[in-house]
Amino acid sequence: MAERSFAKEVEDLRLGEGDTFTGEGILAITKALLECGVGYVGGYQGAPISHLMDVLSDAQELLGELDVRYEANASEAAAAAMLAASVHYPIRGAVTFKGAVGVNVASDALANLASSGVTGGALVIVGEDYGEGSSIMQERSHAFAMKSQFWLLDPRPNLPSIVSAVEHGFELSEATGTPVMLMVRIRSCHVTGQFKTRDNKRPTFTVRDALAAPRSDWSRVVLPPMSYAQERDKIENRWPAAQDYIRENGLNEISGPDHAPIGIICQGGMYNGVIRALQRLGLATIYGDCDIPLYVLNVTYPIVEEEFIEFCLNKSAVLIVEEGQPNFIEQTCGHLLYQSNGQTRLFGKDVLPMAGEYTGQVLFDGIEGFLKKAAPDHLPAQRRAPNQQQESDIPDLSNTVPIRPPGFCTGCPERPIFAALKLTEQATGKHQIAGDIGCHLFASLPPFEIGGSTMGYGLGPASNAAFDGGGDKRSIAIIGDGGFWHNGLSSSIGNAVYNKSDGVIVVVDNYYSAATGGQDVLSSRADNKSKSTGHPIAAAVKGVGVEWVRELDRTYDVPAMMDVLNDALTTEHQGPKVIVASSECMLNKQRRERPLRQQAIVDGRRIDIPRFGVDEDICTGDHACIRLSGCPSLSLKTLDDPLRDDPVASIDQSCVGCGNCGEVADAAILCPSFYRADVVHNPGPIERFLGGLNDGLIRWLQSRRSGRRLEFGR
Amino acid sequence: MMTVQPDPSTTTVDDVIKLAIMAVGGQGGGVLTNWIESCARAAGYHVQATSVAGVAQRTGATIYYIEMAPATAREPVFALMPSGGDVDILVAAEMMEAGRGILRGFVTPDKTTLITSTHRALAVSEKTVPGDGMANSIEVQAAAEIAAQRFIAFDMEAIAQQNSSVISASLLGALAGSGGLPFPREAFEAAIRGSGRGIDASLRAFDEAFRVTRGEAEVILEEQPSALVPIPGPKKLEQAFSKQKQRVDGFPEVVREIALAGLRAAVDFQDLTYGDEYLTRLSSLIDKDSASKDYAFSVACAKYLAQAIVYDDVVRVADLKTRHARFERINQEMKTPTGARLQLTEFMHPRAEELVGLLPARMGGWMIARPRAMRGIDRLFNRGRRIRTDRLFSFLQLYFLAGLRRWRRGMLRHQVERQHWESWLAHAEGELARDYDFAVELVRNRRLIKGYSDTHSRGLSKFDKVSQGASLVAGRSDAAAWVRRLREAALADADGDALEGALATVRTFANG
Repeated sequence: MAERSFAKEVEDLRLGEGDTFTGEGILAITKALLECGVGYVGGYQGAPISHLMDVLSDAQELLGELDVRYEANASEAAAAAMLAASVHYPIRGAVTFKGAVGVNVASDALANLASSGVTGGALVIVGEDYGEGSSIMQERSHAFAMKSQFWLLDPRPNLPSIVSAVEHGFELSEATGTPVMLMVRIRSCHVTGQFKTRDNKRPTFTVRDALAAPRSDWSRVVLPPMSYAQERDKIENRWPAAQDYIRENGLNEISGPDHAPIGIICQGGMYNGVIRALQRLGLATIYGDCDIPLYVLNVTYPIVEEEFIEFCLNKSAVLIVEEGQPNFIEQTCGHLLYQSNGQTRLFGKDVLPMAGEYTGQVLFDGIEGFLKKAAPDHLPAQRRAPNQQQESDIPDLSNTVPIRPPGFCTGCPERPIFAALKLTEQATGKHQIAGDIGCHLFASLPPFEIGGSTMGYGLGPASNAAFDGGGDKRSIAIIGDGGFWHNGLSSSIGNAVYNKSDGVIVVVDNYYSAATGGQDVLSSRADNKSKSTGHPIAAAVKGVGVEWVRELDRTYDVPAMMDVLNDALTTEHQGPKVIVASSECMLNKQRRERPLRQQAIVDGRRIDIPRFGVDEDICTGDHACIRLSGCPSLSLKTLDDPLRDDPVASIDQSCVGCGNCGEVADAAILCPSFYRADVVHNPGPIERFLGGLNDGLIRWLQSRRSGRRLEFGR
Repeated sequence: MMTVQPDPSTTTVDDVIKLAIMAVGGQGGGVLTNWIESCARAAGYHVQATSVAGVAQRTGATIYYIEMAPATAREPVFALMPSGGDVDILVAAEMMEAGRGILRGFVTPDKTTLITSTHRALAVSEKTVPGDGMANSIEVQAAAEIAAQRFIAFDMEAIAQQNSSVISASLLGALAGSGGLPFPREAFEAAIRGSGRGIDASLRAFDEAFRVTRGEAEVILEEQPSALVPIPGPKKLEQAFSKQKQRVDGFPEVVREIALAGLRAAVDFQDLTYGDEYLTRLSSLIDKDSASKDYAFSVACAKYLAQAIVYDDVVRVADLKTRHARFERINQEMKTPTGARLQLTEFMHPRAEELVGLLPARMGGWMIARPRAMRGIDRLFNRGRRIRTDRLFSFLQLYFLAGLRRWRRGMLRHQVERQHWESWLAHAEGELARDYDFAVELVRNRRLIKGYSDTHSRGLSKFDKVSQGASLVAGRSDAAAWVRRLREAALADADGDALEGALATVRTFANG
């Protein structure tokens, strides 16, 4: 079960001709796919398109009604490979994953697909994870379109434009026999808005039809000499066909005055930011009507050469707004201008920054800079004059406001694993530790600072391969269950077995692909109606030849975790040592259990709800516990006590009673301040009676002592 | 889409309302965004919201952004993220997030209404410092007064909690109350009603925040825990204690409050005699002090002598854990409903050192000197213990340990602590005549010793290092400043890297 349920929103996918859809970008994309008669869909979750996978998963009933096959693919490579169904059959297919990392993983299949070419429309929806809120290295997916020759759509970030891009994407793909990549940025995925819907369409040719009448054509196979023909076909036929289609159907948009000395060319995704900058400069209305000609590239690859040259005709300067680097579009345009002997001066990454997100301020400064250089009379008078540096009297808070990197959630079962690892390192010294992709990578940040690298999904242990030969201290690699099933079983575990690795591998199993939003994986424990779960990681590990495997079913047991780690680090065993540490992701667990608990209280059933607390008189305010935890619910409280200097630890009511702080205080021999308080609701009659007796005696002992001395309290 | 008459007056970007929400994970920023959006849509506005899903959930900071404009036939073009100097309303779900908004230029005096909750959700970097690493809310407050056109700030988290709701509801109440959006109160409430779960609690929190914003109500905060106060006890002892209090009244005024707190802590820790001893030692120090220095030395002594004599031994922990007042406090904190039962589990991990510390001083000293014996005791006793203090049998174990306090004065631990604080205080006292400020800093160094087990040993070693550093600078005119610097460095990180750096500096000029 994914973190967010779209069960309610999925009903909107049934809207018909002329209705109005209101909602998020990803839902609009799903609706558009259904309106286009898609025959199969799939993908791999990851921000910012995780929710697209969740929507598809929640929409399985509707997809079934329409004979649309849905796969939750094992990886982006698997998803891209699924598009093979469109090579020989006239079936429209769409898969989704994140860029640039998902595209990296998928690139093998994408390159083969692009070479083979397609019969049915093949659409790859890529969530470009670039800029604020991104969780990966900053790169562009653009390069993949260029190198493999498939087309890249980058629609304006509003619902009607995105929906239209899906429709044209399929048609363009079919018109050119080429897969098409539709790129949506982080905020376009979650932008809200409205669009007019059409009826959903059943695929004219379904995947079942294909199985009933299989086809093959060896000219599509990527083997010489066909591959040489395919390479020529890309350039001689598909590329020109794409330019024709784009031009004839007006996929790129030109607005603003017909004649002007300057112009701006932007990626579709940059449109709103460019318009806002022009609005603030007084050069555009609220509706986007602007005083400067604008050429919006809803298709960023290929560039339609004639269209571009025509736009530049009679203009002394144009600005290209292209986010990220390298500046592929600018390079192409510069090349085209040079070849056409054009006199237009090209601006781009000279007035705008080469790297980094094009935020509102960046675009405002860049466009103003362009206008100052190219057409100062377009600027309002007060902006034309050199900026008077206004001294701001707002105090600088850069040394006050702390940074807030993401970390483990309250009650996260991974926290005690890393507390144990940190304690083990305190005892045995620092180790070579490699991380993977997933929530567990937060352990590389304070307060744990465990692991210093991440080389890709499922590649944590593989990235320790150079140390497989062993040495003074064994290397340790971390991998999550998501990464394990994505790629880790072969690339990391198999690799370690084959190469007789001496290292230790910790598989962090939280029952879900948690970092991407709690989607199920093969080893998930929950029943999943449409997918096969419950396949243990340990069995898979043993299956590929690991002999030393230890399973820990309660990660919160810090001493046990430390013992297992110690065993793994000291055993005489030859070959990889794999520890599978399993406990359920607390976000998911709470979401499942909280309503049940509330119901039990209401129904009068006995239920025990744990929470932790700190005795503030016993806590000395050293914060050692926090340095081994970082739990959001374990915070500080300043006591109004003249004898105290430092704030004491304090646990707020968001505590879920996971037990980590008590375990750590015990394992690290920190202090006796922590206690667990279990509130037992609806105790039975015997429990109440005996409890009352017990409490009475304790109370008597307490007053006996109080009666003989002087006590003070808060 | 909506059929609306074109409104020719709405044509500039200034007619767009730009609202940014800065939140931390789990604060319901997404819910708040949905409420505002549906409220605007219901009022016939064009509206667009954007967010970065998932980041907030994992406790990072994130921004939600909404733009809206009165409905016209054509769709306006809205931006997807806020720009510096161009935000009309900034809603911050936490004080430092308000600071972050100001830092990023989203709050400007010409247009921005800043609505923030004043409570703190501490960042990890603030919490891990061994001393006090909390960011300064007052600085943000001061900056906000200058940066914002309107500044609405109160503890919206408290309002949410008091109404069993979440902060998104009280933030919406404050937003509605501010009048920053052109919608009536009922429109906001309708948005809450349309959203499903927890409606009544949300509406209560909304209402209270709305009224506080309008100045029609005040936030009632739960009382902060304060210093120790007397719990009614035996009459005879109370009378004796009030005599001791009279001794405190004879002290210089600046010393009185802290001396009284120290006295209470001492009596609570041991007995009235222990309180007397505290006062006697303190008054001997006050006698050497002078009014010209505002009795800074005596104030420091009153505080740190109390801390030193009320050390954290097994007896004290057992005592505090078994008191009736504690049981009551926990019941209150956990909001145990009537009829429900409270179970208490303590996490204890005594080592040989703690146990031997309970022995008579001579016997304990003999043991401590024999590592093999200590290892043996460790093997027998050193392990984590979960003690159920709500159960009579386990309670009795701790009750018994707490009862050992009548023999405390003869215990090894008491003697060790006593020797340590006596020599520390004597050292400072000895420096008083030569360099008053230096002596004060020496007293304050006691702050470094805290915690249990390893933490306590680390604290002691830091104390020793700072003392060594102090002896290197003794006699210099800036000696006091250097000791203060060393102490602050010692408190800056757990591993003592900052302290080592500062000590290295001291050594270069002390030896040079």
